[in-house]
Amino acid sequence: MSEAVTALNGARYEGIATIAEAPLGGMVTLRGDLSGADLGAAVQEAAGVAVPGRRGVVAEGPRTALWMAPDELLLLMPYAEAPETAAGINAALAGRFALAVDVSDARARFHVSGPRAREVLAKLSPVDFAAGVFAPGEVRRTRAAQAAAAVWMSGEEEFSLICFRSVARYVFDLLSMAAAPGGEVGAFD
Amino acid sequence: MSTRLATGGRLIDRSARRRFTFDGRAHEGYAGDTLASALLAGGHTLLGRSFKYHRPRGLVASGAEEPNALVGLGAGARFEPNQRATTTELFDGLQAVSQNAWPSLDWDVGVVNNAFARFLPAGFYYKMFMHPRPLWKHLFEPFIRRSAGLGRAPSERDADRYEHFYAFCDVLVVGGGIAGLQAALAAGRAGARVILLEQTAHWGGRSPVDGVRIDGGPAEAWINAAVQELDGMENVTLRPRTMGAGVYDHGYVLGYERVGDHDPAAEVPRHRLWRIRAARLITATGALERPLSFAGNDVPGVMLASAVRDYVVNWAVSPGDRTVVVTNNDDAYRTALALKSAGLEVPAILDARPRAEGELPEMARAHGIRVETGKGVAKVRGGRHVTAVGVCAQAGEGAVLEEIACDAVAMSGGWSPVVHLWSHCGGKLEWDAAQALFRPDPDRAPTGHDGHPFVATAGAASGALQADRAMADADENMKNVLQGIGRKSPSRKPPKVESAEEAPLAPVWQMPQGAGPALRAKMWLDYQNDVKVSDVRLAAQEGYESVEHTKRYTTLGMATDQGKLSNINGLATLSQALHEEIPQVGTTTFRPPYTPISMAAIAGEARGPVFQPLRRTPMHEWHEANGADWEPVGQWRRPYCYRRAGESRRDAVHREVRNTRNALGLLDASTLGKIMVSGPDAERFIDMLYTGKMSTLKPGKCRYGLMCDENGFLMDDGVCARLDERSFLCHTTSGGAERIHGWMEDWLQCEWWDWQVHVVNLTEQFAQVAVVGPNARNLLERLGGIDVSKETLPFMAWTEGTLGGFRARVFRISFSGELSFEIAVPASEGRAFWERLVEAGEGFGAMPYGTEALHVMRAEKGFIMIGDETDGTIIPQDLGLDWAISKKKEDFLGKRGMERVNMTSPDRWKLVGLETLDGSVLPDGAHAPAEGLNANGQRNTQGRVTSTYYSPTLGRGIAMALVHRGPERMGETIAFNVPGRTPVKAKIVEPVFYDPKGERQNV
Repeated sequence: MSEAVTALNGARYEGIATIAEAPLGGMVTLRGDLSGADLGAAVQEAAGVAVPGRRGVVAEGPRTALWMAPDELLLLMPYAEAPETAAGINAALAGRFALAVDVSDARARFHVSGPRAREVLAKLSPVDFAAGVFAPGEVRRTRAAQAAAAVWMSGEEEFSLICFRSVARYVFDLLSMAAAPGGEVGAFD
Repeated sequence: MSTRLATGGRLIDRSARRRFTFDGRAHEGYAGDTLASALLAGGHTLLGRSFKYHRPRGLVASGAEEPNALVGLGAGARFEPNQRATTTELFDGLQAVSQNAWPSLDWDVGVVNNAFARFLPAGFYYKMFMHPRPLWKHLFEPFIRRSAGLGRAPSERDADRYEHFYAFCDVLVVGGGIAGLQAALAAGRAGARVILLEQTAHWGGRSPVDGVRIDGGPAEAWINAAVQELDGMENVTLRPRTMGAGVYDHGYVLGYERVGDHDPAAEVPRHRLWRIRAARLITATGALERPLSFAGNDVPGVMLASAVRDYVVNWAVSPGDRTVVVTNNDDAYRTALALKSAGLEVPAILDARPRAEGELPEMARAHGIRVETGKGVAKVRGGRHVTAVGVCAQAGEGAVLEEIACDAVAMSGGWSPVVHLWSHCGGKLEWDAAQALFRPDPDRAPTGHDGHPFVATAGAASGALQADRAMADADENMKNVLQGIGRKSPSRKPPKVESAEEAPLAPVWQMPQGAGPALRAKMWLDYQNDVKVSDVRLAAQEGYESVEHTKRYTTLGMATDQGKLSNINGLATLSQALHEEIPQVGTTTFRPPYTPISMAAIAGEARGPVFQPLRRTPMHEWHEANGADWEPVGQWRRPYCYRRAGESRRDAVHREVRNTRNALGLLDASTLGKIMVSGPDAERFIDMLYTGKMSTLKPGKCRYGLMCDENGFLMDDGVCARLDERSFLCHTTSGGAERIHGWMEDWLQCEWWDWQVHVVNLTEQFAQVAVVGPNARNLLERLGGIDVSKETLPFMAWTEGTLGGFRARVFRISFSGELSFEIAVPASEGRAFWERLVEAGEGFGAMPYGTEALHVMRAEKGFIMIGDETDGTIIPQDLGLDWAISKKKEDFLGKRGMERVNMTSPDRWKLVGLETLDGSVLPDGAHAPAEGLNANGQRNTQGRVTSTYYSPTLGRGIAMALVHRGPERMGETIAFNVPGRTPVKAKIVEPVFYDPKGERQNV
């Protein structure tokens, strides 16, 4: 376990926004009936968060639940806790039509932060990132140029973007280019 | 000749000089100049050569519609051809070169075409080069290719960066003239999210030049106040230097921002493509002036009247000391007045109308300018520059009544609203006979997803040409738009606009109206493509009645300016020749972009290293550091082989094969698709996906399976492992993971939505390594932690645990025929795990091997490869895989397809092995000819090679092939065509070349 590393070893770029690869985090994909009370209880018990509504995010410290699809959540927690979280949910929902899987190693996560973070993201994703339109509590599954991505706000001026691990370099390069000095757009000023 | 005036110039800053070169010679201009105004100020009236006849050409316009003044800009990695001088802002160090002239702009040998011009009429190429056919390829085409084209292509990779930007708004206004500003103000005040685009660097459009007064003061004061107010609104985004390029379905609009063109030293993206979703689009794109068709209207010095006053008022450039104005409307009188007030001579205004008694003509007369009504230009004297015009009666045939010496001609044939953006997405036009123009028909607007119009017009773009009417039009249309999106428009009166009242124009499509063929052959319609009135008439005479056909036959409007000046004049000429009304002839189709945009802006960030996503496994950097020769597999890069110093690729592959067969090979198999299928109905689902009966698999076991599409064609294969009672892990091909995942979801979501199955793509969760060869078990035992003995972990079984400290799943499967394990560990630990294997394997002769060694070894064993043995037309039975198809299952995807007559025919080509008699390696894809010809007169064939390699294990070439009734023909010899060689004979054999009993993997 000690030999686990992220795809880019914590790569970082400072431009008109800061791009930083996040440390390893735990991720559990949960498929099931999100409206079910038993699922909600299992998530609360094992992952420590409530089930978010459509396109929503619920965050409790390092624990976050992201709504990914009408029957799918992505749960975030410390890396070491993912296997037991998945196992806990599966045990609680044994016999039901639900499935939790540890996918902690399948993705890369980036933090895009700073006052120009919205502009940097708006160069790559067909999403309305205007303040007041895209706010904390919302997650968007979209694309970063040609790669699948999901984006949500994980701080006042900080966005989190996740993509598959294999395209981590591609996405990091994209974000860095979009954040290169001189690329200020001024659309959200 | 043209020169800079001593005073004036509202856009230039005389304190800021700008140095530039044109064709290598040094010039100077001011900040605020365009390249065109600076060149004109420097006396340059000859700026280019026409496309077909290489005629000398000067500036006609002052903006985006300019057809002639195209130059090559920049040098080396920043060179770009076909840039309009009129829209190029001047900067220090600008380098421009003229185009389409050789050896020089002043002395162009291509101009000999002039003498032969009458032999190059419309359709010349079609007529001339049809016969004899062989001459086309060897004589005509090379000649035309050499003489055609405008600028030359850049030779270096573009040094700049480009980007996209996604924007969203309620109201997008294109055009920053007074109508656009008013529309944006109204929308902004109503609280809507507004984006306002203006293609130039300046707000306000033509009004300041035309002397319009707003709210009692000069237009400029109102414009500045409007921009300031808009700038202060949080809900409004102002974007100068950004052109509305194209309008598409669902309110999607492309904006083309030239961020860095005017300041290449700045470290900014050169262009930015705005990809805007707007609930409503307002086109306030103004209008373009039309030339008049008189003989010699292309001689340098003949310009649009509006352009002449733009150069005088905006940039303090005199196009000539003596300018004759020729017009069919009142607006051109403004040019005469502007010239007069700049202290320049206007010898005469030739007005084609019988009378001119409006406010502006009377002002001209009051300024002592001679006004001749009912007159026109019969011809223009001068070759490289205007020296005089011959005056004639517009009603006559062109007899010259008088010659007037002059060095510039300002012409105006009326105005055409810029309807391009309105038309891009289906907006229709109506003919306004009073103003002789096509204008948007508000009753036939482009409609959005809800059936409501999503485009409206404002100002001159609506056909409201006079400034006061433009303002009123903008205000009224904007109110309707705001109402349509549920916004309350502020109850404010529009600003009061004062503009001279203009009398109606008289349509003039030919000057003089009775001009004969000799004059018509000198009247240019399309300057860039050299199309004249005579060409369009010839097209009509030869039966081209549709405007779209005439366009293509004559190339009218097909140049880089897309006929901005020529379209209306051209179709009016056509309608006259056809004796039809203009609306009956109609217009050609307006297509995006409005003016050309750079290819690089379209590509955006997608170039160089991020041209497309490149997928890397967790071990990618290790491979890179250890000599990997890369092979693209889908978007992945996989090592083809690992070359050692001095080793050829071929040698490396052979070494890797031999080492794996004799000692130990390591393969990064992380790219394999790994899809988890789980749920109460997983067994039922999995039995539909695979051709075999997978549901009988016991937890802890693996089985090879095939997936077919509904037609029975084989589309993927791989090993399926049963994880537990209700879960399976399906391995797919490297390139197939996403496709198969989507395929599964498709069936679950669209067809079998009530089946309780979840599918999760775990491809990227795991790094996977194949440990292959006689020493494979030794290595895993050395790592320790999992019992991998033959008894505990037999062939086609799997187990999980901790292997050498790594959380691991170990699958005992083989794609090489050797003793082999595939081990999956969390991707984050993949690199460490791989390095541990390399290090611990040293004593066992471990070497990494690449995809080519994998291919050779699987071919030696007769294993098929999706994409080699299959091509979307192959069913499993063709490959001898009948054993993997369940005969007991009631149904599976592809079952019905396989039962069709053509699929069960004994005449299908089937998989066999081939051994060349001479031991050589057959080329991939080689065909074996058969007797006779097919229905198309082509030689019949009886088979083709699907996989072919040199087998280092066997020391000879081996191949797999699909051969007509192949398995029935064992031992037969057939010949394969090899380019440049005599056909190669090969014996049909079983496809398994090595260890047919499978003893090596079962130890």
